[in-house]
Amino acid sequence: MILAQRTTAAVPGDAAAGPLSLADCEQFLVHEARLLDDGRFDDWLALFTADCWYWVPSEPKQASPRDTISLMYDDRRLLETRVRRLASPRIYSQEPPSRTSRMIGNVTIEAADAAGTTVRSKFQLLEYRRESQRIFGGTAFHRLVRGGGGIQIAWKRVDLVNCDAPLEGLVVPF
Amino acid sequence: MTSVSPPAVSPLAPISSTADDISAFVQPGRVHRRLYTDPGIFERELSQIFGAAWIYVGHESQVRNPGDFLATRIGHKPLLLVRDADGAIRLLHNQCAHRGSMVVASNGGHTDEFRCCYHGWTYHLDGRLKAAPLLHGYPAHFDPASPEFAMRAVPRVASYRGFVFGSLAPQGPSLEDYLGFMTTSFDDMVDRAPDGELELAGGVFKHTYKGNWKLYLENLCDAAHPLFVHQSSIDAARAQADDVHTDGSGEIAVRQMRQNGAPYSFWEQNVGIWTYPNGHSFLGDYHDDAKLVAAMNDPVFRDYIAAMEAKKGKEATRKILEVRRWNTNVYPNLSFMSQFQQLRVVHPISVNETLVCTYNFRLKGAPERMFENTISFANIVNGTGSLVLTDDLEIYTRIGLGLASAGSEWLEIGRGYAGDLPAEHGGRRGKNSTSEVYIRNMFDAYLGFMAHGAPEAGASPPPRAPSSPARTEARS
Repeated sequence: MILAQRTTAAVPGDAAAGPLSLADCEQFLVHEARLLDDGRFDDWLALFTADCWYWVPSEPKQASPRDTISLMYDDRRLLETRVRRLASPRIYSQEPPSRTSRMIGNVTIEAADAAGTTVRSKFQLLEYRRESQRIFGGTAFHRLVRGGGGIQIAWKRVDLVNCDAPLEGLVVPF
Repeated sequence: MTSVSPPAVSPLAPISSTADDISAFVQPGRVHRRLYTDPGIFERELSQIFGAAWIYVGHESQVRNPGDFLATRIGHKPLLLVRDADGAIRLLHNQCAHRGSMVVASNGGHTDEFRCCYHGWTYHLDGRLKAAPLLHGYPAHFDPASPEFAMRAVPRVASYRGFVFGSLAPQGPSLEDYLGFMTTSFDDMVDRAPDGELELAGGVFKHTYKGNWKLYLENLCDAAHPLFVHQSSIDAARAQADDVHTDGSGEIAVRQMRQNGAPYSFWEQNVGIWTYPNGHSFLGDYHDDAKLVAAMNDPVFRDYIAAMEAKKGKEATRKILEVRRWNTNVYPNLSFMSQFQQLRVVHPISVNETLVCTYNFRLKGAPERMFENTISFANIVNGTGSLVLTDDLEIYTRIGLGLASAGSEWLEIGRGYAGDLPAEHGGRRGKNSTSEVYIRNMFDAYLGFMAHGAPEAGASPPPRAPSSPARTEARS
C-alpha cells in the first residue's frame, strides 16, 4: 500500500510532460514485481491500459501470438478473466498457493517517443509451491505510457528462457 | 455399484514386470490403485501396450517433402519420422547402428542424410548405412548393406488421411482395422477443411504432471468433472463483462469456459458417450457451433461456411458441420477434437510422471481467422498457462499423491455401469455422457494388450553371423 502510494507520487502523471526517465521505469518495474509477489493481482491489473495485451510466447523469437500458440496471450478481456480466476476460492491449481520472488535488473530503454516508452529488462523468478521450487528467467518488454494518474502498461511481453520446455502448469502471471 | 470380490492375487503382493496375469486388478466397476503406482506394471505397459499398439507419431504435413524429418517417439524410444528420397514415409529408430548413440539431436528439419556425430557413420533417409569411416578396420563379416548396420526401421508404419502411426509389433491388425469406427472422427477433422487437407501448425504445448499416463485420457471424456474442477474459470468467465476491449482472442475462450459450467442435467440429457473396440471412445452431441462461434452471427464462421460451400456444396457442408464430436480418444495415448482442430499425445515418462504434447491444425482453404480461433482456444483451454487445463493438471497430480496411499485400494470406474448399451459398429455407449463406460472400455483393451500384446520385437534383426560370436557383447 505504502509503496503503491509512493510509486504513484514519485511518477509524474498525465499533466507532467516529457519522456519517462530510466529511474521512472526501473521504479515502476520493481513496483509491478512487488504487486505480483504480494499476490495483489487486482492492483497489478489496474496497471494496464484499457486496450492492453499481455503475452508470454511459447517459442523463442516468436513473431506473432495469432498464428502460434502462447503460454499466455491475453487481451484486456482475458486478462480480467485470468485475474478474476486467481481470486477464486476454487482455483485448485493455487491450493496451496504459490509463493514467488522476483528480481528485476539490466533495465534499458529501447525506444521512447511522445506516445510511450519501450523498456527491456531481465528477471529471475522463484516459484515455490507444494514442496518444490521452480526457477524462471528471461527478458521482459514493457510498453509504458502515461495515464491513469501515473504510468500504465500498454503491452507486456515476457520471453522465458525455457518457454518451449515441458512445464507443469503456469498459473501465476510473469 | 456392482459388488466385487477381493482380487485372486493379493494386491499387496509384489508385481513383477513379467507376471502373467494382472486381470485381478481390473474388476467390474473398479480398478486397483497399483495399475497407477507400480513401476513393474508400468514397464509391462511400455512393452505390452506401447510395444504393440498403433501409436500416433506425427502428421504428414510435418514431413511434406523428401528429406524432411521429425523427431518423435513411441513410449521411451526416440524415433525419426522421415520422408525419404522416393517420397515414402519412414519411421526409424533414432539410434546409430554402431554404438547406439542418438543420431539426430534436433526436433526436425531437412537433410540429405543422417550422420552420427560420434564416429561419422552416415545413413540414407531410409535408414540404410551410406558410409562409415575406417571400414577396413571392421571384421570380415561387416557388410554395410546389411540391415543390421542400418538405422533400424520400426516394423510397421501407416497413415490414415495424413495422420501417421507406427507399431513396434511386426504383426497385428492393420491401422484401419485397429482404428475401426474412429476413422470417422479423423474424417470429421479432415472434412472440415474446405480443401480437404490439414496442416499441422502453430507450435506445440508440452506440459507435464506428476501422475500416471492413463489418467489423462480417463479425464478427457469425463463430462462429470468440468462443473467441479473448472469452477474457478467458469465463475471468472461468467462474471466477465463483454464490453471491454478484445482483439478477438478472448471471445471463443470465454465462451468455452462458460460452457464448462453447464449443469449436470445438460450432460445427462444432451450429451452422449460412445465407445468402440480397442479402447477408443468419443464424447458426442456436445457443442453445436452456435454455442462456440455464434455460427452465422460470427463473420469469420460465415466466411468459413462460404468457403466450404464453394468447395463442397451446400448439402455436403451441412452434413459435415452437423457432426458434433468433442474429444475423440484413440487408445492408448491420442486424443483429438475436430471442431477446434486440436490433437494431444500422451507420453508415459515414469509410473508417476507424464508428458503431454498438444498440437493444432490449420484447415486448408479456410479463412485464416479460423486458425487464429484454433490458437486462441488452445491457449486458453488446452495450454500450459491456460485458465482451464491448469486445474486438470492439478487433479492428475493430486491423484498421483493420493494413490501413494494404500488407504483406499480401489479406484471406482462404475458410474453408469448398469446403463451401458450396445451401439453400432461393435460399440458400447453410456446411458449419457456422465457414464464412465469409456474408462471401462479402455481397461478392456488394456487387459487384452497386457495379456496378449505382441512382445516387442524391434526390427526383427537378422541372426548374427556365426563368425562373430563375441561381437555383440564387445559393442554393448
